[in-house]
Amino acid sequence: MNAAIFSALFAHWRCNPLQLITLLAGLAVGTALWSGVQAINAEARASYDAAAATLGEGMYGQITAQDGAPIPQQTYIALRRAGWNVSPIVEGKLGSVRLVGIDPLTAPGGIGPVSVGSGADLAAFLSGAGQIFARADTLLHLPVTGLQGIATPEVAPNTAITDIGLAQRLLGKGDQIDRLLVAPEQPLTRRPLAEVAPDLIETDAQGSNDVARLTDSFHLNLTAFGLLSFAVGLFIVHGAIGLAFEQRRAMVRTLRALGVPLRRLIGLMVVELAVLALVAGVIGVALGYGVAAALLPDVAATLRGLYGADVSGQLALRPVWWLSGLAIAMGGTVVAAAGALWSLARMPLLASAQPRAWAMARRQGRFVAVSLGLLAVAAGIAVWGHGLMAGFILLGALLIGGALALPPLLGLVLRLGEGWARGPVAQWFWADSRQQLPGLSLALMALLLAMAANVGVSTMVSSFRLTFTSFLDQRLASELYVSASTAEQAAAITALAPTRADAVLPILSIDQQIAGLPAEIYGARDHATYRDNWQLLRAVPNAWEALAQGGGVLINEQLFRRAGLDLGAEVTIAPGVSLPVLGIYGDYGNPVGQVIVTEAVFRRQFPAVVALRFGLRINPAQVAALRAGLRDQGGVTDSAMVDQASIKALSLEVFERTFTVTTALNILTLAVAGFAILMSLLTLAAMRLPQLAPVWALGLTRRRLAALDLLRAMVLAALTGALALPLGLALAWALLAVVNVEAFGWRLPMYLFPLDYLRLGGLALLAAALAALWPAWRLSRMPPARLLGVFRHER
Amino acid sequence: MLLTLREVTKTYPGAEAPVLRGVSFDLAAGEMLALTGESGSGKSTLLHLVGGLDTADSGVVAIEGTDLTLLDDADRAALRRGTAGVIFQQFNLIPSLTVAANIAFQARLARRHDPKRAQVLSGRLGLTEHLHKYPEQLSGGQQQRVAIARTLAPQPKLVLADEPTGNLDEATADTVFALLCELVSETGAGLILVTHSERLAGRMRRRLHLRAGQLT
Ligand SMILES: Nc1ncnc2c1ncn2[C@@H]1O[C@H](COP(=O)(O)OP(=O)(O)OP(=O)(O)O)[C@@H](O)[C@H]1O
Ligand SMILES: [Mg+2]
Repeated sequence: MNAAIFSALFAHWRCNPLQLITLLAGLAVGTALWSGVQAINAEARASYDAAAATLGEGMYGQITAQDGAPIPQQTYIALRRAGWNVSPIVEGKLGSVRLVGIDPLTAPGGIGPVSVGSGADLAAFLSGAGQIFARADTLLHLPVTGLQGIATPEVAPNTAITDIGLAQRLLGKGDQIDRLLVAPEQPLTRRPLAEVAPDLIETDAQGSNDVARLTDSFHLNLTAFGLLSFAVGLFIVHGAIGLAFEQRRAMVRTLRALGVPLRRLIGLMVVELAVLALVAGVIGVALGYGVAAALLPDVAATLRGLYGADVSGQLALRPVWWLSGLAIAMGGTVVAAAGALWSLARMPLLASAQPRAWAMARRQGRFVAVSLGLLAVAAGIAVWGHGLMAGFILLGALLIGGALALPPLLGLVLRLGEGWARGPVAQWFWADSRQQLPGLSLALMALLLAMAANVGVSTMVSSFRLTFTSFLDQRLASELYVSASTAEQAAAITALAPTRADAVLPILSIDQQIAGLPAEIYGARDHATYRDNWQLLRAVPNAWEALAQGGGVLINEQLFRRAGLDLGAEVTIAPGVSLPVLGIYGDYGNPVGQVIVTEAVFRRQFPAVVALRFGLRINPAQVAALRAGLRDQGGVTDSAMVDQASIKALSLEVFERTFTVTTALNILTLAVAGFAILMSLLTLAAMRLPQLAPVWALGLTRRRLAALDLLRAMVLAALTGALALPLGLALAWALLAVVNVEAFGWRLPMYLFPLDYLRLGGLALLAAALAALWPAWRLSRMPPARLLGVFRHER
Repeated sequence: MLLTLREVTKTYPGAEAPVLRGVSFDLAAGEMLALTGESGSGKSTLLHLVGGLDTADSGVVAIEGTDLTLLDDADRAALRRGTAGVIFQQFNLIPSLTVAANIAFQARLARRHDPKRAQVLSGRLGLTEHLHKYPEQLSGGQQQRVAIARTLAPQPKLVLADEPTGNLDEATADTVFALLCELVSETGAGLILVTHSERLAGRMRRRLHLRAGQLT
């Protein structure tokens, strides 16, 4: 019996290949979207990790010898035995290039292009075959080493990375280690450093890890949008499967009438769907892979991070990745098929075999109720909610509520249009659009989500870029950033630097409880650097002058939010010493509160604190010379000097890449939504004949009908776009102002980009028009006999 | 002459034998004609050619001297709007429009909408209380009466009805038939009525019989 049923199920697809293709394509495209976005996300992540990793290695704490001398191999081994999770680094100059030797087995993740996660890389890296990683332009400057040079953008400019053993040999450094990187996670049971190696000192991760934390927030937001794209995919899968079931109602009825038990039929359909989902999933994963490879710049670098491709440029799929893609396809199918199977199971034997796409209109009442409920929940959370979980519920409620609100809202607008319409054709146009709405709603919801995601993504990324750029200007204003490990070194720096630098800005800091919260107090010299580059979120008039005269403090946003210290509030910086808040500045990424006072005030209150960090203002062309001087005469190690100008350039470059990538993401989601519309229109085309034939018979040409169909698709897309804009902005707002604040304690300012939205609207219209073009063309060419068939056959 | 057919032939693409082979006849204004024949003899095909819904392969189909085979798509559409109204056996109505909008539709397309006439027609056909309903809420007989009202509203010169009562019971069919004939004769239009019913055909003054694509 199973074979007979299967052959009947299969025969349906054979007679309706378009339906089968639609189903497979829907599943595949949904999966591809998910995989592609994952790839794009991973690309953004990898770029940021690379940027953060090359930010003077400031991302990690370090252990160095007090006198800057090399660390013996035995000390390193002793530290590891004592439980320290550290990784050795050797560095030096190879020609004009800074060569860094790392140990990929122990290095904390995200250091350079090689890490334990990427199997194929590592083997070659360790095999002694000798590989050296650098940017393409840096590779050209490397002296001949006999090593295989591999170009990757993930290394800082003018820096090359290789295995520590090779680096030691190339630099002639024997077994010695220059410094140790301290991984962020350390066992609590490790023995104190002073006990294991008393002549070594540990320095904390440096200020530049603010950037790393800032990018954490970006990652969180991108992940959220990855889920959004998954929702778009799910809607498409849902639409494809729902239609496939609607189309086979007649066959199911016949089979049941012939005596096939319902349970067995459903079981076999589940098996059939599973096979189809598997096939489509494989196609989808391959498609997503291809899309990622085609869309992303620096494909090799990107895909190495994602797929564990080997260095020769050949791509190797990581099992986790394609398995998750397949799981999405199967999971999406299950979710989408559950409802369809349920309604099939409850379908009375003698129910109409006619596809019920039109009957779905009756379910709209329920849609409205659910949608209103969800949007009310979202509004409630926006006003009263607390916690990260609430933030995510807010996002979900907005998303689903917004999508479900679309069909009733469109219905309303179309009804209004019908009321306003004057001519008979216009009147029919609106009425017919309304009738077609249920069949198109899933595709339109996918379009809504795609456009909302795009509005959200571009708002978020662009806001982020604006914030990030001005934040970089603020934080990396000094061209060179130097940290001393001892007071003597600091004294050497203060003595040496003024001869070459335009200004030396000592950075004094002390950790202190402020208003009962952990915070740091900074003493800053009164200098134009701060006034010109720091943007205050809010400030009293002449805040900088007042600050310079010791008449108050600046605090960061985190402290303002957590301690509720607004402008004018008194901040107690030391017992008995309170100063009013003059301004609040954005301090993206910092986990703790911060107070800035002027240098004089700081020195008066905390005379014991010695400045160990310095921002040096200098003509960028002089940076290299100053570095050399500080290294040779002041004993400052290279890693303690951060060339901030190149960091800024690198970070901005990374941003531009992310931009390209999000543009690709936008186009991809729109294209997929357009495809969903195409599939729906094609499937509906046959069902629509009874609507069109009478109008044609009454005297409208097929060409006119086709033009009206095209127009209808564009009108629906435009209306959907109009609703997507507020939804996308709400999503962006929820991410920037709610989720981010909950997760990181600061609010990413939101900017609006009307031109971007306009262009997006144009693209959506284009997508809809392209999707409607083929069905419309088919309609304009339809033989009259087919239209007349409507009056001949039983529908 | 309102309608002239000369040696009309038609073969469907892919079919071997022609459906119509050399059909010729004339119909004068105000004349009513019953067209009968076995199932598959080509009655509907003939009606579609006359109504500008399909085109003949050869021969002449002329309404008031205009040969339809020479018209383009748009002109044939114009013909359907105002000159030749067709009533099918079923699914005549536009599902998304109300009864009132359906009745007005064709007349408005033809720019001959006259609310008073629509009102009179609805009244005569007993549709007044159904005007705000949608087609799917009507019975078969009611739907056919709406189709008649809609076709007659723009006062076409020629009414073509393809088994308009084929789906109805005898009593209803008689009523609908009587109304159709009455209203058509009032407007002075020509009528071709395709029917399987000997009873109804017998009530018409002129009859044509198709057998295997030829008039007998
Ligand atoms: N679109 C078409 N393609 C091919 N053949 C067709 C098509 N429409 C009709 N035919 C064939 O043409 C012949 C005449 O069909 P037509 O519908 O004109 O017959 P009819 O006299 O109206 O029959 P009935 O009384 O059953 O309505 C039939 O053999 C039919 O199978
Ligand atoms: Mg027929």
